[in-house]
Amino acid sequence: MGIDIKFPIGLMFSILGLLLSLFGIFTNGNSELYTRSLGININLWSGLGMLTFGLIMLFLAWKSKKAKTP
Amino acid sequence: MIDTGFTLSWIDYTIMIVYFAFVLGIGWALKRYMKDANAFLEAGRSMPAWVAGLAFISTNLGALEVMGMTGSGAKYGMLTTHFYWIGAIPAMVFLALFMMPFYYGSKARSVPEYLKLRYDEKTRGLNAILFAVMTILASGISMYALAILMEKVLGWNFHLSLVLSAAIVLAYTYLGGLSSAIYNEVLQFFIIVIGLFPIVLLCMKDLGGWSGLQEQLAPIVSAKGYAPDTWTTTWKYTGSATANPLGVEWYGIFAGLGFVLSFGYWCTNFLIVQRAMSAESTTAARNTPLIGALPKMFIPFLIIVPGIAALVLMNTPGKGFALPLNEAGQPIWDYTIIMLLKQYLPAGVLGLGITALLASFMSGMAGNVSAFNTVWTYDIYQSYIRPVTGDKAADSQHYLKVGRMATIFGVIVSIAAAYLASLFGNIMDFLQTIFSMINAPLFAVIFLGMFWKRTTGHAAFTGLLAGFLIALIHHGVTFPVGADTLVKGGWICKLHEYPVEMAQNFWTAIFAFTTSAVVTVVLSLLTRQKKSDEDLKGLVYSLTPRMGVEQVPWYQRSTTLAILVLTIGTILTILFW
Repeated sequence: MGIDIKFPIGLMFSILGLLLSLFGIFTNGNSELYTRSLGININLWSGLGMLTFGLIMLFLAWKSKKAKTP
Repeated sequence: MIDTGFTLSWIDYTIMIVYFAFVLGIGWALKRYMKDANAFLEAGRSMPAWVAGLAFISTNLGALEVMGMTGSGAKYGMLTTHFYWIGAIPAMVFLALFMMPFYYGSKARSVPEYLKLRYDEKTRGLNAILFAVMTILASGISMYALAILMEKVLGWNFHLSLVLSAAIVLAYTYLGGLSSAIYNEVLQFFIIVIGLFPIVLLCMKDLGGWSGLQEQLAPIVSAKGYAPDTWTTTWKYTGSATANPLGVEWYGIFAGLGFVLSFGYWCTNFLIVQRAMSAESTTAARNTPLIGALPKMFIPFLIIVPGIAALVLMNTPGKGFALPLNEAGQPIWDYTIIMLLKQYLPAGVLGLGITALLASFMSGMAGNVSAFNTVWTYDIYQSYIRPVTGDKAADSQHYLKVGRMATIFGVIVSIAAAYLASLFGNIMDFLQTIFSMINAPLFAVIFLGMFWKRTTGHAAFTGLLAGFLIALIHHGVTFPVGADTLVKGGWICKLHEYPVEMAQNFWTAIFAFTTSAVVTVVLSLLTRQKKSDEDLKGLVYSLTPRMGVEQVPWYQRSTTLAILVLTIGTILTILFW
């Protein structure tokens, strides 16, 4: 109905992924923050994962839009 | 407030705000498509199979499920996967292959309406009214749980959390109806999976993977008096009820959970079936439960495995992990997932995890509200208060307005139910127990109706009542060990004692189903069938023309998907036998 849900999903995860990645980069080396996550910069890794997922969704949304309007 | 030591920082709040902006945005974007009742209440029957399928599974992945199943992971270990691999998958495949063609093909707009078409008005009325009351109460209970969680864990104001979350759900379901609920469920599905995934990774790394987990569990489980690998196997110790923590033998699991409870839930609960009914074609409707089943099989690794890890953490002093205790000094198992969030997640992903939990609460609530407004509008209002006139366009506008009003009404009554739950927790528990007795007889009646054309309306109606009555009596004369309130059973007399509550639930359902089936069959043979074969076309298996081979590529056919689902399910069961 009306909207293609892949687009908002892709957009949201791209934004959140970017946000978390940047936060991860700026807090990199902050050992106090990352003791909980066993020394892993989990923000950076999750952020990159979400960004990838978001971009794939956006790509799929773009592709199905192109297929509909030749 | 239980001091769980949570502090959220700006980044956590930012993530939450971005998420809610999208949730409301989806509702807003759908607003202009809500032109008639059909669009608002049935999503215009236009959902692609993958969207309906993920919504199908997301509705079930409410927060009570996430929190409860993680707690059960700690309490029962991998035995909890019985709720998935035997307790959901076979029923979902059955719904897809054998029942969806009738639900979807009959053009019924709801499960109660199917009952009306197949049987008669009284059977529909009984089911519609019970369902409407039940969904609203369930929604209220879920809201109460959310608000209490926010209060205890984050220190947010109880009333504010309640009203704010209700307002968000109301906003997007009012604006975009069922479509909005479904689209948001898909979004929620992804945020739940992605938000909880870091926990699985981190606790596995912390404990040295699956083999490390098994090793560290062995002494803990042995100390409880079970075989060392009880928590990491599924069927191995189900030969006797005392050898496993569930307290049920294999045939109890098989019949109670695998058949009666799960078929009752997945195949007759309109909340679930509604998602598949919104699909764009018969094939999409059949594929909906199957596409939902694929992720469903792997959800145990996301929520049960961390629960098992939590049991190890609790018993390893160096880890500094503990669950909050209740007044009786017992750990509150439902808080396992929250405490794991706190244990492993730093600011940033923590916000994501909390957002995932909030999302799962709203998913449950919105699902209830959108199922309620459909049943209210079509099965109660349209049937008993204001039937259709001749003017189709005007009718459609009228019922759209009624559907919208029902949404507001549903949310307000849910809030009232949430306060009721906060005042009388026990009464709500009892009501929930009673409502859980409705599904098993309903499954018997719908199943017989679909596959035996002789089944009559009078028989179905009596069968429903008889099954429910037997469930009530069984609950009244049995009780689980250590029951301290009559809510748990034994309020008539104490005839039989079950080792655990779970066993009592299973057997209640088995008795209810059997009684209902027997009564319905016997009375069907004794009463006259008022519906002609022509009336029942499309509603009963033997009177419906066979569907030809579906006109889609082989990999999109329901049978292909069903085989795939069953194969993966079998492999998982064998791997964790």
